[in-house]
Amino acid sequence: MNDRLPFINILAQEDPLRRQYDLASFEYSHLAELTNVYPLTRAEKLYQLQIIDPEERRRFCFQPGQFVMLELPGVGEAPFSISSSPLRHGDLELCIRDVGNLTHFLSRLKRGARVGISGPFGTHFPVEAMVGQDVLLIGGGLGLVPLRSPLMAVLENRSRYGRVDLMYGAKKPADLLFTYQYDSWRQFDVNLGITVDQPDRTWYGATGLITELLKTRIAAADFRSATTFAIVCGPPVMFRFVCALLTKAGLPMQKMFVSLERRMHCGRGKCCRCNIGSTYTCLDGPVFDYWTVMNLKEAI
Amino acid sequence: MIFAILGKKELPRLFDLLAANTVVGPVAKGVDGSGHPLHDFDIVYRFHDLRLDYPATIHSAKRHFLPHHETLCTFTCQGNDWEKQVDYNAYKPMVFFGMHACDINALNKLDKVLGAPPYPNPYYTAKRRNMFIIGLGCTPQPQCFCRSMGTDTALHGFDLFLTDLDDRYFAEILSATAYQFLQKITTRPPTAKDHDHYKEVVAKRNQQFTTAVDITDLAKLLDLEFESPAWRQWGDKCLSCGTCANVCPTCYCYGVEETVDLDLKGAAKTKHLYSCNLIDFAEVAGGHNFRPHSATRLKYRYYHKHRGFMEAYEEPLCVGCGRCGMACLAEITVPDVLASVRAKGGGA
Repeated sequence: MNDRLPFINILAQEDPLRRQYDLASFEYSHLAELTNVYPLTRAEKLYQLQIIDPEERRRFCFQPGQFVMLELPGVGEAPFSISSSPLRHGDLELCIRDVGNLTHFLSRLKRGARVGISGPFGTHFPVEAMVGQDVLLIGGGLGLVPLRSPLMAVLENRSRYGRVDLMYGAKKPADLLFTYQYDSWRQFDVNLGITVDQPDRTWYGATGLITELLKTRIAAADFRSATTFAIVCGPPVMFRFVCALLTKAGLPMQKMFVSLERRMHCGRGKCCRCNIGSTYTCLDGPVFDYWTVMNLKEAI
Repeated sequence: MIFAILGKKELPRLFDLLAANTVVGPVAKGVDGSGHPLHDFDIVYRFHDLRLDYPATIHSAKRHFLPHHETLCTFTCQGNDWEKQVDYNAYKPMVFFGMHACDINALNKLDKVLGAPPYPNPYYTAKRRNMFIIGLGCTPQPQCFCRSMGTDTALHGFDLFLTDLDDRYFAEILSATAYQFLQKITTRPPTAKDHDHYKEVVAKRNQQFTTAVDITDLAKLLDLEFESPAWRQWGDKCLSCGTCANVCPTCYCYGVEETVDLDLKGAAKTKHLYSCNLIDFAEVAGGHNFRPHSATRLKYRYYHKHRGFMEAYEEPLCVGCGRCGMACLAEITVPDVLASVRAKGGGA
């Protein structure tokens, strides 16, 4: 009987507390409640969530660009960019397209439904480093979702930043997200440029690709490449053209940021599903500067 | 390190002492087409079931500490409300009797990813901290290229390591627990003669390696040859079946699946080990696949093992056990792939 090896309970150990905390929190998710669901377009909805426990809600801190893993018991778990302001802590807003298993289930949920939130995970946009500089936000399609969080962060401290441009392109006018907020953004002195690929009869704005908007902006007299930060979110093909244009305009690669997306099953650098070559999108990303992306094989 | 000599007859006694715990060791599990026995790590109750002279096992021992299927947590649902119960599935210490150096090194490599911050994996760590490992010197097989990968000897990550000196074992004792167990059987300190004999045996073993891989500047080479036609040629051969990841001692990628109980009162979250060669490994909702071709998936596997891990931890993730090459239905082996990528012009 005394030949039994001692059982080491990793959680009961008096080892460094930090480690104990990390191990115990691996599978921990905050219980959150859907407080509101707004349909934005035919497929996308804005979900407002609140972490139920007030203490957890207050302590939930994230940076613009980070993501959370949203879990529905028995349905699955998936990563979503946070599109609300970091000042709102555990009162999160997620904009989600009904496209897969989990998101379809989510789209049928009503106010009051309970979901699990773990995170925040990943790297973020350097909104602190951007202080005093011009900000160029370029989004295509669903790319506006991760852009909204840095935009909010910038708008909440509007006077600390220089000129703010938001360029946003979508396929059709009906696909445009957050249309109800454009006016309020303009009031905060955001230069909003919106373009659609396939205009319909209701559309009176710009048409064509987002690169056209960008070319106009780059050609403008007050475009200062040395003091501009750019954040680009959208489909990979857009990254390539937009970043090439910006590089040509003289913007340093380490001041251009992109947010990549990959399949993820853990969000914690363990499942390897999100690897790009050798880099974890969940730990080293999802926000990368353009230099890193150029160095990554198969990134865009 | 403390060394000891134990007679061959002492080993069964050591086994019987350790058998108070669950013991996992190499056993014969059947025969292959030409009548040779096939080995696997399984739970052993009697010493004579152990096959300590096993050449290599088909599978690594990972299913005992990194199971192919594992329930991560369960949910109890009641109406709108639900609660999560987490269980790390580790309740008892496990003894691993007779692991080769490559498998011990594989554990050391896994520790770096799964047991380290940020987010150490408690499911793995709980089992890993409760392992008692007895390593065993091996005879190099034709498929082994561990010497090239620098994993032919284990320097840490075990409790006791035995080397066969014909009529006795030369033991390297690494943990206090192992030392205490050896107190209960008859051992003696090694003499100069034992040391010479040990060195002789090791030197003889080192000459038996027949397969070698040139890994000079491999990480750089893989970057240079990213577009090499060799990847395409191997990719065309690859069946994308994931067998290589199944038998690999260091493959840890996984997928998570959630299921609902039939009475809708509970749900479970299960982890399944996955393979980056399977077609939907990088497929996202909406149908976009980041690696749709078998060639890009195969290339990714090599990049992760030999380039990415190198970048992060200064060593390749591959331990050179050669199991993937033995198990591959298309006869793709690591030495062949790396040699063809290195070859001038990238021809396979």
